[in-house]
Amino acid sequence: MASPNSDGGQSAVTYKPGSFREWLNKRMPVDQFVADQLTGYYAPKNFNVWYFFGSLALLVFVLQILTGIFLTMHYKPGEAISFDSVEYIMREVEWGWLIRYLHSTGASFFFIVVYLHMFRALMYGSYKAPRELLWLIGMGLYLALMAEAFMGYVLPWGNMSYWGAQVIVNIFGTIPVIGPGLVEWIRGDYGIADSTLNRFFALHVIALPFAIALLVMLHLVALRQTGSNNPDGIEIKANLGADGKPKDGIPFHPYYTLKDIVGVGVFLTIFCIVVFFIPTFGGLFLEKPNFEPANPLSTPTHIAPVWYFTAFYAMLRAVPSQQLGALLMLLAIVAFFFLPWLDRSKVKSIRYKGLLSKLFLGIFVVSFIALSYLGLQPAEGNAVLFARLFTALYFSYFLLMPWYTSVEKTKPVPDRVTYHA
Amino acid sequence: MSDHADEAPGEVDVSRRKFLVAATAITGGVGAVLAATPFVASWKPSERARAMGAPYELDVSKLEAGQMTTVTWRKKPIYVVRRTPEMVANLGKNDGVLKDPASAESDQPEYAKNESRALKPEILVLIATCTHLGCLPKQHFEPGDAALGADWPGGFFCPCHGSKFDLAGRVMAGSPASLNLAIPPYSFPDENTVLIGVDTATAAQGAA
Repeated sequence: MASPNSDGGQSAVTYKPGSFREWLNKRMPVDQFVADQLTGYYAPKNFNVWYFFGSLALLVFVLQILTGIFLTMHYKPGEAISFDSVEYIMREVEWGWLIRYLHSTGASFFFIVVYLHMFRALMYGSYKAPRELLWLIGMGLYLALMAEAFMGYVLPWGNMSYWGAQVIVNIFGTIPVIGPGLVEWIRGDYGIADSTLNRFFALHVIALPFAIALLVMLHLVALRQTGSNNPDGIEIKANLGADGKPKDGIPFHPYYTLKDIVGVGVFLTIFCIVVFFIPTFGGLFLEKPNFEPANPLSTPTHIAPVWYFTAFYAMLRAVPSQQLGALLMLLAIVAFFFLPWLDRSKVKSIRYKGLLSKLFLGIFVVSFIALSYLGLQPAEGNAVLFARLFTALYFSYFLLMPWYTSVEKTKPVPDRVTYHA
Repeated sequence: MSDHADEAPGEVDVSRRKFLVAATAITGGVGAVLAATPFVASWKPSERARAMGAPYELDVSKLEAGQMTTVTWRKKPIYVVRRTPEMVANLGKNDGVLKDPASAESDQPEYAKNESRALKPEILVLIATCTHLGCLPKQHFEPGDAALGADWPGGFFCPCHGSKFDLAGRVMAGSPASLNLAIPPYSFPDENTVLIGVDTATAAQGAA
């Protein structure tokens, strides 16, 4: 193949005169694009299992768009009809149950994949220079995904949809001065109502998917500019071979496209087992009160969001003041945005950081899981005390980072990536 | 366009260009904000939603002492309780366990900013959304309720996050909620009718 190369874009590519490829590429740089983005894009050769989750997130996004389009063909937004239309999809639309369970399970798996993807970045310092902007765009994606998931959960108009929306929307009411007016504006009524459901539908199926698609594109553009980080946290561009290619890099296609297909296979196997055999996941993916229609006069005895929000929900409930609780929850998410500047370490990867970094990353993971669990439990007695403890530990990862990353002794970073062929 | 007589070809009046760019940007920005206004405003409660938020009339003559009924006004659940004289008398004993006994920080009309938090002490009208995160506190009127302990004075308990309120909707210490349950504007057009959503003051204005 007369492969055009990525450097310079001036490369003389010769096509057979009169061929379709010549015709096409004179009008649209298809081959050039493939070369820039895939065959001529060099990724580090030492990727491990943690590097599956970026492409898997993209896969789940496509899956959510596809299943979402088909759900929209049968779903009807509206106070009086939403719940029934979802039951109609589940019982009467041919294969409707499958499309709905693919979408609802997809939402939870989206967060599983994204959380693992983010953990990878924390482990290997992928947020550090020169990838700050890549990280910030990624965090923007996380925020958009949270909004998308929350609004999607409201659409079936079950009782947990209703009361979840009530709790989340009321968080905006804690903002001083503008709070009450803002809440009324978000709802479009004096309570969570038809107008709220309808606008959440519009945002869920049009506005936010567009925003997410745009951010995914920017995320990839920024990634192509800096190149991927790797488990050693070494810049492979610093070590170029005679051909001007990174010595420790391999073309993304075919090497990583093929590797990712294996990941897709394993992922889809696990995903399908959940879709077919445990779609509600014991009330974690689809909560039990949501199989009852929304009822403004009857609170579920125990309101909890879906598992992917419960860590933040536990923080909200850990504080006796609602304003402080809401602020704490906000800070828990905002803290991620500052990571590139909180980390003062000379090295990127956890492999070469000191014991303190490893300890605090461990504390962070344990706190996040513990808070996620506590957020699912009723806020009583010891649960509140533990939530306070783990909230403090969660924040210690961020707040103490400038200290522990600068005082600890780091290991020497090798010139070339660690690679076992 | 370099055909101005006072300007050599290719020469640019930078300050003039800067001014024009800034003026265009500002005008365009103002236009964009104005154009966005209808879209932002379309999210406000519609005429229909506002009409549906009209006052609610309730006959309280059939409400027995110690009984509660729930009605909906502006999508908000409203509790109407006919308190027994004993319940009213006991309100004064709660001050020690309350966060805001005088309802100084809380949301209620002026005429309900008293110990019983009501126009008529025996009739309590409350917006039954927990001031913590909008759940529905449940009625636990019996003092010493088995689930809430021997020192429970009787009141409302929110099952979501455990906020406790006394029989005037006043929040107790140790609750995640920090404000008393809100009181809607209401009035008594006659002895047995409570009109939720309309003040005596606003009604008088309307009549005048």
